[in-house]
Amino acid sequence: MRNILFFLFIIFTLSACGEREQIAESKRGYQGKRDTQPWDNDPLAYGSGKWSKGDRTSWETQIKTRQLGQHEDKRIYQ
Amino acid sequence: MARMKFLCDAERCIECNGCVTACKQENEVPWGVNRRRVVTINDGVVGAEKSISVACMHCSDAPCMAVCPVDCFYKTDDGVVLHDKDLCIGCGYCFYACPFGAPQFPQAGAFGLRGKMDKCTFCAGGPETDRSEAEFQKYGRNRLSEGKLPACAEMCSTKALLGGDGDVIADIYRERVLRRGKGSEVWGWGTAYGPGRPGAQPPQQPARKS
Repeated sequence: MRNILFFLFIIFTLSACGEREQIAESKRGYQGKRDTQPWDNDPLAYGSGKWSKGDRTSWETQIKTRQLGQHEDKRIYQ
Repeated sequence: MARMKFLCDAERCIECNGCVTACKQENEVPWGVNRRRVVTINDGVVGAEKSISVACMHCSDAPCMAVCPVDCFYKTDDGVVLHDKDLCIGCGYCFYACPFGAPQFPQAGAFGLRGKMDKCTFCAGGPETDRSEAEFQKYGRNRLSEGKLPACAEMCSTKALLGGDGDVIADIYRERVLRRGKGSEVWGWGTAYGPGRPGAQPPQQPARKS
C-alpha cells in the first residue's frame, strides 16, 4: 500500500515535468515547397566558421559558439 | 532541439536603430517594409522610458500559422517560423493575428495595392535553394546556412538584442542581470567610473579651508 502511494505521489509530482507539443498544425498543413536544412550546406570559404556538410551536430556546435559570442564576459575574458 | 528566439534587454537598448538598419541592409528589404523596428515603452514617463527592438518572435504556437487560409507558414527544425511567398495571397489575416505587428505588406500605387507578406526570417531564408538568388530576392539572406546568427543581433552595439537558441540566450541574460544588479546599480557611478563594484558612490570632495 505504501509503495502504491509512493508511486502515485511520484507520478503526480513528475507529471508537470513533461512537455506538451506546442506547434500549431492545421488539418491540411503546409503544402508548399520543401525547405533545405542549413547544415546541408558547405561552410563559406571565409568567415562562417567550420562544420561538416550534412552533420547537424557540428553545425549546431558552430551556431552555439556564435551565440556565446554575444556574451561579452565570455568573449572578452576567454 | 534548438528553438531560435530573440531577446531584447530594455536596460541596454539605446534606440540607435542599428538592428533596423542591419536588417534592411542585409536583406535588402524594400522601402516601406520594416521587418524590425525599435519601439518606446512607457513613452513620456520620466525615468521609466525604455526602448526595445521588436520583430517576429518566432512563436512556439504562432497565431499567424493558425489563421493563414492558404497554410503558407511552416516551422523549421530550429523553431523558426517561415512562409512561402508563392502560396501567400496577401490577405493580411496574419497581420491582424500577430500581437507584435511582425507581418508587413509592401504597398504600391494610388490605391494601396497590397503585396505578399514579408516578415523577419531569423535570417534563415525560405523554401528555395539555400543561398540562391531566388531565395535572396524573396526572403533575404540565409545567414543560418552560413553558420551565422541574424544580422540584427550580431550587429547590436550594446548587445541588447540577443538572438539564438532560447536556452542559451536566456542563460546569457540571466548571468548579465545577476552581475549588474538592479535599479540604480545598473547605471550608477560605480558601473561607469568605479572599480566595477555596483552601487559605488563618487569620491567626496575635501572641505575647503576658509
